[in-house]
Amino acid sequence: MADSTPQSGSRVTRYSIRFVVLAYLLVLLVLPLILVLRRTFEHGINPVFTALTSSEAAHAFQVTAIVAGVAVIANTIFGVGAALLLVRHRFPGRRLLDAVIDLPVAVSPVVVGLALTLIYGSREPVGGWLTRHGIQIIFSLPGMVVATIFVGLPLVVRAVAPVLEEIGDEQEQAAYTLGSSPWQTFTRITLPSIRGALAYGVVLALARSLGEYGAVAVVSGRVVGQTQTITLFVEERFDNFDQASAYSAAFALAVLAVISLLVARRLRPAGTAR
Amino acid sequence: MIYLSLIVLIPLGAVVWKSQSGGFSEFWHALTSAQAWAALKLTIYSSLIVAGINLVMGTLIAWVLVRDRFRGAGIIDVLIDLPLALPTIVAGLVLLALYGPNSPVHVNVAYAKIGVVAALLFVTLPFVVRTVQPVLAEFDTDMEEAAASLGAGGFTRARRILLPNLLPAMLAGTALSFARAVSEFGSTVLISGNLPFKTEVAAVNIFNQIQSGNTLGAAALSTALLVIALLVMLLLEIVRRWVARHG
Repeated sequence: MADSTPQSGSRVTRYSIRFVVLAYLLVLLVLPLILVLRRTFEHGINPVFTALTSSEAAHAFQVTAIVAGVAVIANTIFGVGAALLLVRHRFPGRRLLDAVIDLPVAVSPVVVGLALTLIYGSREPVGGWLTRHGIQIIFSLPGMVVATIFVGLPLVVRAVAPVLEEIGDEQEQAAYTLGSSPWQTFTRITLPSIRGALAYGVVLALARSLGEYGAVAVVSGRVVGQTQTITLFVEERFDNFDQASAYSAAFALAVLAVISLLVARRLRPAGTAR
Repeated sequence: MIYLSLIVLIPLGAVVWKSQSGGFSEFWHALTSAQAWAALKLTIYSSLIVAGINLVMGTLIAWVLVRDRFRGAGIIDVLIDLPLALPTIVAGLVLLALYGPNSPVHVNVAYAKIGVVAALLFVTLPFVVRTVQPVLAEFDTDMEEAAASLGAGGFTRARRILLPNLLPAMLAGTALSFARAVSEFGSTVLISGNLPFKTEVAAVNIFNQIQSGNTLGAAALSTALLVIALLVMLLLEIVRRWVARHG
């Protein structure tokens, strides 16, 4: 790499830019992370272990796992479907669909929460009707799942769509002419070729779902031991001056984030932009 | 499409509908109520500052990652994505640990406006870097070499050749980071301390209004945020088309 690029600028500017960048990243990123590690393991590993296995924490992990799991499955199915629709078909409203899929990226999580409350809250028409039929969405798991689906919506679509575009549909057409059904074509031809991109999108969606805070904070009602996810647990513990638990849970979340980051980098199809 | 409507379109429509339910004057009244207005102003100002810093620092970081490969650059490349993967509440906690009241480096920016800016800088770090980086990596060095052979200095080459070519990507990344900063909630909750009129950003203000049952006020401010988000997306699309036509 170094021999193919010319010496941009003099040595002095080069080193000063490098210095500025490193200093900036050190102050903004590296120092805070090191410090959280130190705070977490201030008193050794035992308190961390105790904090993470307390019944509230265990329950919060469980809630997060359920919510994130369901949301990721839903977004995976939708993501592949929407990507196929966007790439393989031309229909009126296609551009609109394309734009709407990106919308969740730009919308504040709190606004997402409010939006869902306004539709599915028990005092609103739709939510009221559902409540009378025994389905409670807001302040319970379904609402949290829907909120998590919302924020993770674009990730799988945007990971899969460019790959679908790239591989073209010759092989699929060939399979059709040889008499295979749409489902056979999908499982035998399409799925294997998008496997890498799909896994990448799923990992990203999973990381996003595990870490979701704002939208879930609004729709969950934040009932300790019931609708408390692990991110809500971090905030609640911190507010109650139980820093040990807050840091331990935050550390666990950070570890999950780093793992998914490394996995995602491995899976990222070479050459595709994010 | 139905799935999308149920989860995205109808609920967002309901927010706008709710904000207008008392007529426009009531919407305007709720939006310009002292506390909401202060929150909105703080959000926009700090997001503009953050976008500006990102524009400069993000481009520099991308330059270092692409042109200045030194030992350890690979680690930085991984680190850049961390703010995206890290849950926002953890990001808030991380910053509070270092720059909060018990700061080991004796810098206390918590519960102050600069704390909000720091939190926003943290979560928006990857955007400009990741939009500029691929463009810079694919950018041919021929033109720069030609300019150098004609006697252009490093600064002139950067300004006349590199900058015009990177500008669309830089602007796109900046717009993204601005949109993200405007909507940010999780990381600003802890570090700002949520002092009304001082460090309360729009998303936090909406959250507090929801908690106190003032749905109309929350919907009004939410609608304002949605409009900003749509404007930014529109801007991005315009930049994209402009590039497609001139690129």
